[in-house]
Amino acid sequence: MTTSQSSAPEGARSAALIARRSRGTKVRRQRVKAAWLFLTPMLIALTLVAGWPLFRTFFLSFTDASLSDLGTANFIGFENYLVNENGRWFGILADPVWWHSVWNTVYFSVVSVSLEVVFGVIVALILNAEFKGRTIVRAAVLIPWAIPTIVSAQMWAWMLNDQFGIINHMLMGIGVIDDPIAWTASATYSMLAVIMVDVWKTIPFVALLVLAALQMLPKDCYEAAEVDGIHPVRVFFKVTLPLVTPALMVAVIFRLLDALRVFDVIYVLTSNSTSTMSMSVYARQQLVEFQDVGYGSAASTLLFLIIALATVAYIYAGRKQLQLGGDA
Amino acid sequence: MTARQLSKIAKRVGFWALIVLIMVYAVFPFYYAVITSFKPSSELFRVELWPSSWHLDNYIQILTEASFLRAILNSIVVAISVVFIALLLGITASYALVRVRFRGRSTVLLVILGVSMFPQVAVLSGLFEVIRGLGLYNNPAGLILSYIIFTLPFTVWVLTTFMKQLPMELEEAAIMDGATPWITITKVFLPLMWPAMATTGLLAFIAAWNEFLFALTFTLTDTQRTVPVAIALLSGGSAHELPWGPIMAASVVVTVPLVVLVIIFQRRIVSGLTAGAVKG
Repeated sequence: MTTSQSSAPEGARSAALIARRSRGTKVRRQRVKAAWLFLTPMLIALTLVAGWPLFRTFFLSFTDASLSDLGTANFIGFENYLVNENGRWFGILADPVWWHSVWNTVYFSVVSVSLEVVFGVIVALILNAEFKGRTIVRAAVLIPWAIPTIVSAQMWAWMLNDQFGIINHMLMGIGVIDDPIAWTASATYSMLAVIMVDVWKTIPFVALLVLAALQMLPKDCYEAAEVDGIHPVRVFFKVTLPLVTPALMVAVIFRLLDALRVFDVIYVLTSNSTSTMSMSVYARQQLVEFQDVGYGSAASTLLFLIIALATVAYIYAGRKQLQLGGDA
Repeated sequence: MTARQLSKIAKRVGFWALIVLIMVYAVFPFYYAVITSFKPSSELFRVELWPSSWHLDNYIQILTEASFLRAILNSIVVAISVVFIALLLGITASYALVRVRFRGRSTVLLVILGVSMFPQVAVLSGLFEVIRGLGLYNNPAGLILSYIIFTLPFTVWVLTTFMKQLPMELEEAAIMDGATPWITITKVFLPLMWPAMATTGLLAFIAAWNEFLFALTFTLTDTQRTVPVAIALLSGGSAHELPWGPIMAASVVVTVPLVVLVIIFQRRIVSGLTAGAVKG
């Protein structure tokens, strides 16, 4: 914006510059004003639906508000979180069901995200190869992603049906199991079922992100590796994987944040059963079914803190690892 | 030589077997839902890969149910309104974020990123209060409002990425000609942004169409529900007598439009998803 002709005489040039700059600042100021004007509707909307409700959730977690009567809440300090009454501890932090739901959520997130990453990379590698009908396969792979979570949960609930489900039928047909498994009802298998559905639904997302990264890789190092006769598996671990790691890390954090707040799949497949209950299911149950807004808000607040902490830790670790990788 | 050829053939066979496996894994659950939806309730519990007879009973039952039709209508209204609002607020905001350098710009971007990572449950009680305060409880309008929390940040993010790729000269020319920022957006950028807006709009539509937690919590009666809640509650009642046929028919009805959209626009969707993520 401030470039000027070097051929002009010195005085005329600076005068022109000054005139230009003042006009520049005027335009600039007008533009900055317009920018804020344009941002205001979005900021108001986000304050209304995100900022203020979040603040109110924090606030309500320190009260005994109930769903039917939000107005007359009393401030009760940390009693929703932890309180000692007559030598016994009460509150969320003393509730084994809460800790079980924390464990469930972490277990679910780690296992399903790991599986998604492994299978997502495999699918991406295959889709990156050139073959006839690649577009069709890619479209087919996108289908699970397009199906609403509720619908996929119902579809799998039907396939996993203990008496008439096709999965039990097939497993018994090939002799893996003798008796039908109650996938969604039994404490042992229901988490497995939930993970199965989630992995099925989200492999496409990971695969597509990795595929996008794969397609940007330079071709020449592969040609060099091929000329040198290096085994493809070695090439994958030494060349491909390090190069797609940034994209993979992005996919992992997106998925991890999604998994830590999981609600739909678990609610539809196993409803409020404690053996699969996630933190979100726990919080909503307190809030809506038990009408205890104060307690439910405290659970929501803890969930929020856990996710915020996980995000910060992940970003920190990721940055550190990338730096180390850069140094090496 | 022959051994090498053999191993080459084996590799090709293995490769195609893997592709077939992926295809089956991706498509089979949906396929199975489709064939189940065409079975009459008497044959529902016979496991088969190809139904011996096709019936429309389940579809007739679902599509003559007033509450399900109402739920579809609610879902359409909610999703389209959300897309419209998110795009309107998103395009102006991303223009400001990309084309104007000002103090606090990176803070705004950080806030947007932060909101997009929000767990929805964290705002559930606060949002419930807001919605009830505005008199929008048990009303699709309350859902439209609440869906802004996950569609708007994402829309801004993706549109910002797309807009960065447009040449700056365009806008400088418009300023030289004395165009105001509003004119610049509507006359210069909007025509160029249509593809990006279609992509983000589509993604926002899918997100709004699929949302469950808010829809379940902020509505109460059959006439106000959206499709995911309607399908989830079809099961209701006892765990043993689930109406699987109608559930599958309803699932197919609400999923087929999405699958068709995704297959038609797969390139756009992929570019939108990656644009949203690569920047993160």
